[in-house]
Amino acid sequence: MHVDFYEKIWMYGAAAIIVIFLASMGYTTFGRAMQPPSHIETIDPTTVRADEEFGSPGVTINEDGSATVVIQAFMFAFLPNEIRVPRGRDVTFRLTSPDVIHGFQIVQTNGNTMVVPGYVSQFTTRFNRAGEYLIVCNEYCGLGHHMMSAKLSVEDMSRSAAATTETGGGL
Amino acid sequence: MTENRKLALANFWVAISAFTVAAGMALMQALSRAELDLPFRTARMYYLSVTAHGVLMAIVFTTFFIMGFGYVVTERALGRPIVLKRFAWGSWWVALIGTVMVAWSILWGKATVLYTFYPPLKAHPLFYIGAALLVVGSWGWCWVVARTWMVWKKENPGLRTPLAVHGMLTTIIVWVLATIGVAAEVLILLIPWSLGIVDTIDPILARILFWWFGHPLVYFWLLPAYVIWYTMTPKIAGGKLFSDPLARLVFVMFILLSTPVGFHHQFMDPGVRAGWKLFHSFNTQWILFPSFITAFTVIASFEIAGRMKGAKGLLDWLEKLPWGNPAFSSVALAMIMFAVGGFGGAINAAYSMNAMVHNTAWIQGHFHLTVGTAVALTFMGMSYYLMPRLLGRELELSLLARIQPYLWFGGMLLFSISNHLTGLAGMPRRVYEASYGGSEIAQQWVAGTGISAVGGVLLFVSAACYAAVMFGTGLAGKKVSPEPIEFAEALQPENGKAPLLDRFGLWFVVAAILVVAAYAWPIIEHLSMERFGSPGFTPF
Repeated sequence: MHVDFYEKIWMYGAAAIIVIFLASMGYTTFGRAMQPPSHIETIDPTTVRADEEFGSPGVTINEDGSATVVIQAFMFAFLPNEIRVPRGRDVTFRLTSPDVIHGFQIVQTNGNTMVVPGYVSQFTTRFNRAGEYLIVCNEYCGLGHHMMSAKLSVEDMSRSAAATTETGGGL
Repeated sequence: MTENRKLALANFWVAISAFTVAAGMALMQALSRAELDLPFRTARMYYLSVTAHGVLMAIVFTTFFIMGFGYVVTERALGRPIVLKRFAWGSWWVALIGTVMVAWSILWGKATVLYTFYPPLKAHPLFYIGAALLVVGSWGWCWVVARTWMVWKKENPGLRTPLAVHGMLTTIIVWVLATIGVAAEVLILLIPWSLGIVDTIDPILARILFWWFGHPLVYFWLLPAYVIWYTMTPKIAGGKLFSDPLARLVFVMFILLSTPVGFHHQFMDPGVRAGWKLFHSFNTQWILFPSFITAFTVIASFEIAGRMKGAKGLLDWLEKLPWGNPAFSSVALAMIMFAVGGFGGAINAAYSMNAMVHNTAWIQGHFHLTVGTAVALTFMGMSYYLMPRLLGRELELSLLARIQPYLWFGGMLLFSISNHLTGLAGMPRRVYEASYGGSEIAQQWVAGTGISAVGGVLLFVSAACYAAVMFGTGLAGKKVSPEPIEFAEALQPENGKAPLLDRFGLWFVVAAILVVAAYAWPIIEHLSMERFGSPGFTPF
């Protein structure tokens, strides 16, 4: 096949760009451990509200100072809808839905996951900036979709706050 | 009027009608997100119209336009009428009846599930049955075009398949492989569940099957646009196609790479292993390659056109191009937008970057550049070229036709850039309004949604111009004897040495193997874990 000289250069250039893209993906994936949330755990969506863990969602500060946040996402709210987590320590979010698919996005961070009935979503992250964050549902879930949001406060917490549980009120 | 023309026109009119209705709905959506009140603006109307806009634009307008275009290209490029005419009409009716069912269920508020229809949101059974019929009708079209090509091959042994038909056969292979996924989703999971035959559904399995279809769907839209860019636009510009064999290589690469990529839409999903997501993410990046080649070849073809008209300098060939001809300007503008959209797509499909943009307004900013401009604007430009030739009428309101692509370009620039930016600032997509109870963070999006609304108004005016020209031409265009529909000659014609690129059976088999490699194991793995079904919900 005849390929024009300049087009050949262009094609090598294009291939090089793609290789750079792949290399940067490989670096962030393996070098920086930036993985999308891909937790595999199933749960019966019809029993979520009575579930030991998801039936009483909330924030738990663990012995090591890290936090576990259990959240129920349903039409059209998150429970708890005010979440306090420590700054600079690991925070693990665990979420599920008793009804349709929702999204969980901590605005202006890369905290983002789908919340799918029948499955438990889980990811661990760390907040280095204290302050208030907005959480929104980013997957259409019905006519109240745009009202589905929550508040996240990242605070400097002393270690003595460890091993406490705070269940979400609100609803 | 020949039978083939009638068939093509029947498809085009459905496409244009769907486009017109969907464009009207889009105006309200863009205004709604900027919180501009219209008398009929309610959350119910908003989400209903987002569903209608998505289905009518992305599925009905594109599919019917592509079917009409496929019939025209097949007949003109092969120089013989299509075979199986009655079967072709039957397929058109099946697709049309399916479309009517889908449109009824959406417009009567029984299927506000958006065009991705993720269960356990549950629509009226006719929504799913109609969608299935539309796909079945399109399969009929695939068979008619493929069969016509086979008959032509027998009649013309030794002749190479014309490039335009090569591209349409590529489109067909991509479509058939893609629709297996959605057919399985709709027939096995959704229809029995919506009819109440089974009680529950697995939402992740449905999403896997949907995105098996959902990503190659974009190449089903794009490939006919590439056929136009490669085989018709260089001729309209007054030049020649720069390279025929590379165009064929591009089409074959799309056959191979289109399907094993769907998990890059599910990076944020639970229940799908990270390794599969990474594998599909790597595959996706290579799809940039054939589009890079396309950019070079098509722009080089435009340069040839400029030089054939006497340009001598480095860039003065640009001035010689027919910018006043909407069939040309639409494609040139579409290509500029597609360059931006292509790089945005690489970001979306990047394994670790996707979390920043997933389901934000960035996404609607992105695909309005790709399908909403690269494809839709190309199709609109092609309508100005084809419809007068098929109808035997002069283009009516040609001034509107001339400004329409520029209006679209300007409107989309405002709409898309503002949505990309508000998306990066965290605004979710598909929201009726984005104030979040006066949240301070949400306030940052206000400027963006305002600019997006201005873009939406320009796009609506542009769409109205297009509809006026089309219906005006159809109803009142002056009858003339039609000009011929012509394809570009290649500067470097196929030398008969690369028949490998023409072996569609072979490429179909290789592509099918790649689909199995990409999906068989993840699906088996998925089916073998303990799963709980979900009942349906209709929160609309």
